[in-house]
Amino acid sequence: MSVAPFSLSLPKTDDLLSREYTAQRDRFGSSWESTLATLLGLGRAAGADFVEFFLERNNYISCQAEDDAITSISPRLVTGAGVRVFLGQADCYVSTNNLSFNGLKAALDKALSIMGLTLPGPGANLFEINLELLRDYASARGKDAWLERCSSMQDMGEVLLSANQALAHQASHVQSRRAVYFRDWQEVMVAASDGTFARDIRLTQSVACNLLCADGEHRSSIGERLGDTSNPEFLTTWDYQTTAEHVADSAGKMLYAEYLESGSYPVIMANQFGGVIFHEACGHLLETTQIERGTTPFMDKKGEKIAHVNLTAWDEGLSTDAFGTIDMDDEGMPAQRTLLIENGMLRNFLSDRAGSMRTGHPRTGSGRRQSYTYAAASRMRNTYIAPGDYSLDQLFASVDKGIYCKKMGGGSVGATGQFNFAVDEAYLIEHGQVTKPLKGATLIGEATEIMDRISMCSNDLGLAPGFCGSISGSIYVTVGQPHLKVDAITVGGR
Amino acid sequence: MPTLEDIASYATTSAQKLGIYKYDVYGATVDETSVQVDQGDPKQVKASNRSSVIVRVWNDQGKLGVTSTSDVDPAGMDQALTMARDASHFGVDDHIPDFSPEAQAPTAKVGIETSAAAPVSDLITNLIDLEKQLLAAHPAITSVPYNGLAQRRSDRFYLNSAGALRQETRTYASVYLYSKTAETGRKPRSAGAMRVHHGLDRLDLQGCVREAAEKTISHLNYEKISSGKYRVVFSAEAFLSLLGAFSNLYNAQSILDRRSLSNVDDLGKQVASPLLSVYDDALHADNIGVETFDGEGTPTRRVGLIEQGVLTHFLHSAGTARRLGASPTGHASIGAKVSVSPSFYHVLPGPEQRSDLRLETADQVVLIDDLQALHAGVNALQGSFSLPFDGWLYRQGERVSIESATVAGDFRELLQRIIYVEPEADITPGGVCPGIWVDDLSITGES
Repeated sequence: MSVAPFSLSLPKTDDLLSREYTAQRDRFGSSWESTLATLLGLGRAAGADFVEFFLERNNYISCQAEDDAITSISPRLVTGAGVRVFLGQADCYVSTNNLSFNGLKAALDKALSIMGLTLPGPGANLFEINLELLRDYASARGKDAWLERCSSMQDMGEVLLSANQALAHQASHVQSRRAVYFRDWQEVMVAASDGTFARDIRLTQSVACNLLCADGEHRSSIGERLGDTSNPEFLTTWDYQTTAEHVADSAGKMLYAEYLESGSYPVIMANQFGGVIFHEACGHLLETTQIERGTTPFMDKKGEKIAHVNLTAWDEGLSTDAFGTIDMDDEGMPAQRTLLIENGMLRNFLSDRAGSMRTGHPRTGSGRRQSYTYAAASRMRNTYIAPGDYSLDQLFASVDKGIYCKKMGGGSVGATGQFNFAVDEAYLIEHGQVTKPLKGATLIGEATEIMDRISMCSNDLGLAPGFCGSISGSIYVTVGQPHLKVDAITVGGR
Repeated sequence: MPTLEDIASYATTSAQKLGIYKYDVYGATVDETSVQVDQGDPKQVKASNRSSVIVRVWNDQGKLGVTSTSDVDPAGMDQALTMARDASHFGVDDHIPDFSPEAQAPTAKVGIETSAAAPVSDLITNLIDLEKQLLAAHPAITSVPYNGLAQRRSDRFYLNSAGALRQETRTYASVYLYSKTAETGRKPRSAGAMRVHHGLDRLDLQGCVREAAEKTISHLNYEKISSGKYRVVFSAEAFLSLLGAFSNLYNAQSILDRRSLSNVDDLGKQVASPLLSVYDDALHADNIGVETFDGEGTPTRRVGLIEQGVLTHFLHSAGTARRLGASPTGHASIGAKVSVSPSFYHVLPGPEQRSDLRLETADQVVLIDDLQALHAGVNALQGSFSLPFDGWLYRQGERVSIESATVAGDFRELLQRIIYVEPEADITPGGVCPGIWVDDLSITGES
């Protein structure tokens, strides 16, 4: 038997760079494979340990109605890409608006040069990057037609004006009414030197009403937001009458509310957006970004008890239409369902690629970013505290004097684990009964201490949309929880 | 990236092709680099070169539509103008924005410094050195979890179909250092500092390290504070952040929208202690980010907002000025709805030092250095705030770090309760301001 001599025929830079790349400008698809594989090969040939491209097209529109007029319709079109280059555990991220082959190559060249690397010269051998067959979540799940099915500008105006009229009918002492809608359509593609090649379309929509009531020196401002990630007809199916009813009712009650007296109180947090307490006080501290910085008190607590035994919490990417739902993360990894805390025990952290590399915790499909101008980082998706066994009546009956936080505002957590968040609508609880409305409350505390004070969870889990700002920009998330009781928390007021 | 001349040419060609006769374009090209480090090594380096424009189109009925885009090539401009024209059919019928009457008026002649971009390796080397210095400043400082050194070049422009054409180039560099302590049996403490200038070569790096170290160390020995009413001194940064949060007080667009603490007839009203005078001055010599025109092309200028406690002027766009019979002030950002925002505050220092109001001898006085979570703790429409802060309690002139607390109140009441404006002002990235003393504010300490 004879064996033919092995023919070594590696691709050369000259060969690849002289080819014509014809990726579609208006759609990310398989036509991008040769462009991206070549660029990834160039990056690896230059000495990078890992290279990733993130491509984005974004078609956004917002519409605003103030009182009885449409005062703003704002479309925005964005195209951009980012290239991330790793050398060891250090990385560099370069973004550009130029999605031509030469534009992307220039961005790669810049990223490499920052890392002390240079593109291979003429005649150099190249790495061949075999990208996987395009994992196309958009086509597989029928998302390609989503954009054209969304509401027209005409629809937006009509629905928002109707919502404002509903507010006018249901509220008194109205100073101003505002209804807003946005639609954020995003097509993304990820290609990486480990062979990752994936595409998705996200459609995020949200409506919100805000009502400002005034009577002399008394003022109240109350809003409510709803969101969706899977229904192109979301706007036209919005039950704005119910939203208006909620907002008008809350604004009326809060108009003459007294300022809360500061102190330490037992608190019952409402479900839905009440989940911001967990998001701020614990969720952020379970991101590997925080472990990398050494800014989480939970960094060495995996497998240990960090919360009350009655508390179980999840973060997941796949809730059907929740605001933080994604099929894949911004690093091309399928979203997962991640058990964070089980009966008080810390089970998992949320990790992106870099976080996994630097901390050792496994990736969870949590690499997220606002847009191509940011490198992905470990971020939350749909995060909630699981329902418990108590009834709502049992929660209230357990409080002699405390605060019912019915509607939360935003919040934040600091570098030392201190958190705070505002309460938009609060009531005094006396002898188990909700009595007078209170305003001006802020809840403050330490994450490590508060988690052990969440002693009762009711069985009425509810989710709510939110926006989370952090290292990789502002992203869409869900917060959620059942009604729950915190045994004691510091409430800032007057 | 296309040049301004390219973009202007694309806009003209596209508009002619599409039969659009009235339009304007505001945009910018930004080139920036930033670095972060971790324990002596570069952690992440970011660079970006991007452009974006916003186009406004007036249709045949005079109605306005807007679109923004990052595609600034001819095809992108075609698409943006087409979409803006489509949107114009749903534009407002009343108070339709128009070109600023000052879009071609001369802008202020200011001496603008620009710096060449430093090599990325210089950014990394400098930041690693700063981190090292900060870690060496005290054994309790164990990390600098938030740090960054960045440089940015921005080329912004405004043009319209009536012939206006403005552009300017600016360069900025910034550094921030936020250090954290770890001591056995003690809570972690943290503090930080920031500096900005036109370029890395002008940046006060050592001052930033010194301030971050000094503040962090000062918080090592902390105590709880009892809840109650206190005399409070706001640092320049803290007071300016409150002013910014409640800027609807003098924002003409907010006032016209009835989403302000003021009404259109409030000019001349005493809204603050006579000790307080506040100006907005985009052209201030200490404003590193000085801009000579706004998003509508209107020249920027110094505007008196509160003078000796009296509300004297509002901040305007061209449209709000027209509606209220005033002149534009150069504070507009264009969009489907033009918004108005402040540029750079100048709070005038007080006339003289008062020997009875000095921190060196103060007792039971709280100095608020930095207010946090303004996005959550401010209700700008109600006028109320409840905010966590970093600061110290002065007891007979000795300062003690406050472990954790919030300050709460009503902004309009706060302005009336100002009892002293210090005679020396501090320069911050957002403005120039002296220390502001306020009586009877509620402080809540963590139980």
